[in-house]
Amino acid sequence: MRELYARLKERCALGELTQQRPNLGFVTLPREQLRQALTHLRDSEGYTHLVLLTAVDWLEDGQFQLTYLLSHRTQGRDFGLRVLIPRMDAEMDSIHDLWPTAATYQRELREMFGIQFPGSPGVNDDFILEGWTGMPPYRRDFDTKRFSEENYNHRPGRETRDPTTYMKQQLYPGGL
Amino acid sequence: MKVELESRIVEGPEVVGVEPALDLQGKALPAVQPGAYSRTVTLMPRAELERRMVKGPDGVEFEVEPLRDYYCEAGPTVMPAAYLKIVEDLFNWARSRSIWILGFGTGCGAIEMRPLMTPRFDAYRFGIQWRPTPRQANLFVISGYLSVKTLKRAIRCYEQMQNPKYVVGLGSCTINGGMYWDSYNTIKRLDDYLPVDVYIAGCMPRPEALLQGFEDLKKLIRAGKAEGANQYAERFDWYKANQKQIIHDWDMPDYNW
Repeated sequence: MRELYARLKERCALGELTQQRPNLGFVTLPREQLRQALTHLRDSEGYTHLVLLTAVDWLEDGQFQLTYLLSHRTQGRDFGLRVLIPRMDAEMDSIHDLWPTAATYQRELREMFGIQFPGSPGVNDDFILEGWTGMPPYRRDFDTKRFSEENYNHRPGRETRDPTTYMKQQLYPGGL
Repeated sequence: MKVELESRIVEGPEVVGVEPALDLQGKALPAVQPGAYSRTVTLMPRAELERRMVKGPDGVEFEVEPLRDYYCEAGPTVMPAAYLKIVEDLFNWARSRSIWILGFGTGCGAIEMRPLMTPRFDAYRFGIQWRPTPRQANLFVISGYLSVKTLKRAIRCYEQMQNPKYVVGLGSCTINGGMYWDSYNTIKRLDDYLPVDVYIAGCMPRPEALLQGFEDLKKLIRAGKAEGANQYAERFDWYKANQKQIIHDWDMPDYNW
């Protein structure tokens, strides 16, 4: 993983290498360098499989973190590339021409996080949330409980107990 | 408006509770969250619903307007009971002996129906079997949570089933949302959208509980109390209003028969 990092660093400006396991590492890089790094990893390093493309909402920092996880099938290694993009009017370059499956991930990210991927095929089609208007639900400032209460009919009679006090009452009815 | 739907919650061999009649909340349209990042939704008209020219096998071209020609414009109607009570009782006895379930697993609860098809639990000995299409089924088991997207398909399936038809809500999610009670995308009260005859509580209910629930449904059918399809026809507008309140991209006929 260190050698791969060194080789990749010759080509792009990389952040620190976070090695979570001997066969799993992550690195952050600027948005402009992503395509070059992905192409190099796919064509020259043997990381031919796009495992996933996902996003993390760093609400406090005003950023989305996109993770492109690649896998080397024969060596059994995974390498993740992380890109931070501004949360406001989030937009990212599409990589559907590198991996066609990325189009599906990008479609999901557009729907769930509201990140635009111009040029990605079918990216604006509804994926799971048909006819959804308003804030994308995976953004952290989306209040899912409030949305559920406002939109879906509720059946009264549901009780919620605090586990600590409830178990105290059950186990020590007379008090401790 | 009052919901006069008798919904029973079954767990294992005994009936746990009976739902009281409840008021329908006058609810506002879904509010867009403050500061929401919103996108404009342009609903593409579905190609199969558009008026078009079709060439028949004999070479004759004719115009087809699917919403008028392929669907019945009339809403569902109440099916009257037979002319004599004893005849209706006989019909109900026969109906209770042929429960044909639509093989549509709407949520994770569908996994509990599989053991019923095996020799260990063998639901077939109770006159219950699974069918691949709504046209051949008379019992719709809503097996677990229903997302809004699935609800739309479930409504279409339910309306395509033939009368008399029954609905069983399987698992806590159909009763009050279960573990998805605060989800952005799942409904919490099934009986607002489809007429439910029996609820089987649990997360998940065991196959034995399902068998018990089916037996309970049979008792209701024999007693002439499983009138869900007629309730749906009587209160069609109420059900449609509820359905359309949460299904925002309504691109199908109101009644999908």
